Amino acid sequence: MSISRADVVKVSLLARLQLTDEQLNEMTEQLGQIVGYVEQLGEVPTEGVQPMAHAIELRNAFAEDVAQASLSCGEALENAPHHSDEGYLVPAVLGD
Amino acid sequence: MSNAYTTVIGLEVHVQLATQSKLFCRCSTRFGAEPNTQTCPVCIGMPGTLPVMNREAFCLALKTAVALNCKIPEFTKWDRKQYYYPDLPKGYQISQFDLPMSENGYLEISDPKGSFEPKRVSIIRAHLEEDAGKSVHDEIAAKGDSLIDLNRTGTPLLEIVSEPDLRSSLEARIFLNELKLLLTYLGVSDCNMQEGSLRVDANVNLHVPTQGESVPTPIVEIKNMNSFRAVERALDYEAARQYQQWQETHQTLGNAPKQTRGWDEPAGVTRGQRSKEESSDYRYFPDPDLVPVTVTPDELEELRDSLGELPAALGRRLTEQHGLSQYDAQVLVNQGRPLVNYFLEVIELGTDSKAAANWVTQEVLRQLKDREETIEQFNVPPDALAELIAKIKSGDIPSTRGREVFEVMSGAGQTVAQAMDALAIAEVDLSDLSSLCEKLLATNPKIVADVQNGKLKAIGSLIGQAKKQNPNVTPDQVRETCLQMILSQGQQ
Amino acid sequence: MSLVHLTATEQKRLLSTGEISSLQLTETYLDRIATHDGRVGAFLRISADSARRRAQEIDARRRAGQPVGKLAGLPIAVKDVLCQRGERTTCGSRMLEEFCPPYSATVIEKLLAEDAVLIGRTNMDEFAMGGSTENSAFQQTHNPWDLQRTPGGSSGGSAACVAASMAPLSIGTDTGGSIRQPAAFCGVVGLKPTYGRVSRFGLVAFASSLDQVGPVAQTVEDAALLLEVIAGHDPRDETSLPEPVPAFSASVGKPLENLRLGVVPDHFAAGLDSEVEAAVRAAIETYAGMGATIKEIALPHAKYAVATYYVIAPSEASSNLARYDGVHYGYRTDEPAMLAELQAERKQLAAEGKQAAVEELDSALVRMYRRTRAEGFGPEVKRRIMLGTYALSAGYYDAYYLKALKVRRLIRQDFNRAFEEVDLIASPVTAAPAFRLGEMVNDPLAMYLVDLYTVSANLAGIPGISLPCGQTSAGLPIGLQLLAPALEEDRLLRGARMVEQATEWHTQRTPNLD
Repeated sequence: MSISRADVVKVSLLARLQLTDEQLNEMTEQLGQIVGYVEQLGEVPTEGVQPMAHAIELRNAFAEDVAQASLSCGEALENAPHHSDEGYLVPAVLGD
Repeated sequence: MSNAYTTVIGLEVHVQLATQSKLFCRCSTRFGAEPNTQTCPVCIGMPGTLPVMNREAFCLALKTAVALNCKIPEFTKWDRKQYYYPDLPKGYQISQFDLPMSENGYLEISDPKGSFEPKRVSIIRAHLEEDAGKSVHDEIAAKGDSLIDLNRTGTPLLEIVSEPDLRSSLEARIFLNELKLLLTYLGVSDCNMQEGSLRVDANVNLHVPTQGESVPTPIVEIKNMNSFRAVERALDYEAARQYQQWQETHQTLGNAPKQTRGWDEPAGVTRGQRSKEESSDYRYFPDPDLVPVTVTPDELEELRDSLGELPAALGRRLTEQHGLSQYDAQVLVNQGRPLVNYFLEVIELGTDSKAAANWVTQEVLRQLKDREETIEQFNVPPDALAELIAKIKSGDIPSTRGREVFEVMSGAGQTVAQAMDALAIAEVDLSDLSSLCEKLLATNPKIVADVQNGKLKAIGSLIGQAKKQNPNVTPDQVRETCLQMILSQGQQ
Repeated sequence: MSLVHLTATEQKRLLSTGEISSLQLTETYLDRIATHDGRVGAFLRISADSARRRAQEIDARRRAGQPVGKLAGLPIAVKDVLCQRGERTTCGSRMLEEFCPPYSATVIEKLLAEDAVLIGRTNMDEFAMGGSTENSAFQQTHNPWDLQRTPGGSSGGSAACVAASMAPLSIGTDTGGSIRQPAAFCGVVGLKPTYGRVSRFGLVAFASSLDQVGPVAQTVEDAALLLEVIAGHDPRDETSLPEPVPAFSASVGKPLENLRLGVVPDHFAAGLDSEVEAAVRAAIETYAGMGATIKEIALPHAKYAVATYYVIAPSEASSNLARYDGVHYGYRTDEPAMLAELQAERKQLAAEGKQAAVEELDSALVRMYRRTRAEGFGPEVKRRIMLGTYALSAGYYDAYYLKALKVRRLIRQDFNRAFEEVDLIASPVTAAPAFRLGEMVNDPLAMYLVDLYTVSANLAGIPGISLPCGQTSAGLPIGLQLLAPALEEDRLLRGARMVEQATEWHTQRTPNLD
């Protein structure tokens, strides 16, 4: 099974990536190959097997609720590509 | 309420938990700070940072879930809810998807005025998640850009979702009041909608009886309601609007997409919101940076025991054990545990519960309101109020002057005795009383004659005269003394 | 013999007696870097001034009789994926080319607390995604043994700099083999600890449930020293293990008695380079000669490991990299150009009468995200983000992501069973030695398959080490991999040391550079 180009277009929006037509074609082919390869997982019997999302069995890791110093506004914004004195700036988000 | 349709309402409430620091980092959650002064690499989502769960946040959430009668599974985990928005710096919100920390609870609601039967509103689930930041659209200063403030990012939120069990805007408002009361009693949140520590979204549709069947209309999500009153108004508007829509289009649930509408408070209408983003595929998966949390039955037991008496139980105790009316009980409970405790202390000292309830719900509350004080700041301690009530009952203080005394006590912080002094209310000296009555009888021979002839009630007119001469006498004193004198006269 | 040909352990001894100073050692390495890194390209940035200052400061303290740390005065190179306060941390990506974090990774703090001299930041595959360091946005690192070949990846720079004697020790990261494979290609020692043994706080995440930071060194003894310093529980990382850190460097020299060494016959199937096979088998023979029992074991699900990995890792990566959106830090696309592009598209579609398409056009914000990420990320990163997004998306989650998590558990159970019968497992690290630059760039799947021996350890969370065990006839290093149960790095290091001491592979020097 391969991925359709339409799927790839949809995924590129979900992933917020802009791909040229050529890139879309290439991606469709490459992803198709890779997905085709990983599809073999379907043949492994996994009835009753618990999914393993973590590589450790730890539970209940907490931090105590004590407020500590935050970054100053200046420090927080130092790496921001576009900002005012007060905060991060982005093209207007409509419907706020 | 309309007979043409039934309104079906479910509420989604987001409660900011009253912790000192954020859910996954130690930034302060204090309200009102300057933009972007309460952030750190973790809540900004800088590369390489990791979340660590705030223990107190989990405890407060668990307390609330238990108080809402939810089932608490032994194992719970957090998941990433993925979408892109500038106020969500990691590109995902840490929330809970398929194994939330609590589900299947309920909150009981009732209306003292009886507009609906007391009912249980089911709670589908209550789960713990982080808040996003804020974006502000500023045409002038930011020139068409949006300004992002991440102070709020990472604040702990408890999301409480009800079943669509509510059938009117009134039920919705009462549900919210009960929920707020519960949260206040538990001390888990400030519940301040103006500060955003409590937010409400509603899901509404109608069931319209059509040719013997009940047809559901499409569900609409309503957002941007900033007070309980606004929720009520928005739901009223929305029900009417949906009915009109139904009459025009006959669209039913399932053959129209779920709509989102925002409440416009000044205009008093809901407006459709343009949700252009793909109907979001949140791609939930377990957050690999957070380990699951287990809650043992023993820990739950301990927690349940530590909750203290909750509003519903407290209200029942007041009505069942102390004979208060449901109305009075509700008034007291709604004011919070400190006031209830005050009331209980007053009756502990022997005061009649009905008298105490009247005094506390009327005079005390009025004073607190006028002075803008809390019961903890109030000048009249429970024993002083008890003494006042007792003295009025015994006649030491004329019942008509009771409130006067109380006002002096609360205003000047005086004891009962001091206030009585200040108002020159004294226990009447018995010889003064005798001489007064003698004088009255002497100057009112007709009344004496009437009484002697069996018209005992005639004494009444002497009371006013007596009071004019000595304001401290009580009607009962005058009546009794005069009657005795007349009767003994008659025996002579 | 040059100072740079001594092991870190030997250098440490000389520093402690005062025979050499840290400044001297550091200058020697800076010279070496100046001479050779032009051709190797292991370093992205060299902190010459601050390294000298640090070295002098540590020398002064030592002379004053004050206590100094376990790594005092030793120059260490760090893969550019660990945040260091005040230093650029690029992850080999345009997306973070200018990023300067206001905090340091726990590992960095630990290195500094033990008085390491951080000498520079090494090159890597972008966001740790790759097996050749060809995916770096900035430069290509060359294998010091053959400059036409890759050093492996993604910790190619860290492995190459130690192999070329430009640093005695370096720090790499391993998500699917990214320390072990370059260590094998470069003829050095590389260790991936048990998952959770080393804090991930400050490690820019690729795949959160697989990533681990680990040491790269010339010898197993040196690797033990570095591991001892960087390991340990960290309250800032929930996945960090609470277990105390054994004194690895003290025990590493003690051979393992009655060692049962596991070997998987399937590992030696067709496709394995004959010289690699010969070298690995020879190493196993060496163990037998030392009294170890060699046992055949089965890892039935090993053949699914690459597929499992290439669902889980990209899925987690697609989520971890969602934060790179040009809003709060990092690269942002040229906004005026972006707006102009949108404007032009709108006009074009309108002119063609395609009103519906105009409605569907990206908003300015969405276009900003899309262009930023398209421009900031290289092709491999984009590929993995797409793959991961797909695997997690509605309709595919169960068949891919969830399924992979289940097979992952089966892979771990295979190891649990195997380790009931054996103490360590030996295998090749890669099926072939270092490949030529450009050889695999057009075949992503072929590149993924290079990981076939290494990914299982990451999936299972167990520790693994790669150490040199031979050379091909062309003079390319061959690596031996050893795997141990979770938290058994001590056993792993001691086992590795046994074969290292019995052979001379760790003393081999890169011919070109000496």
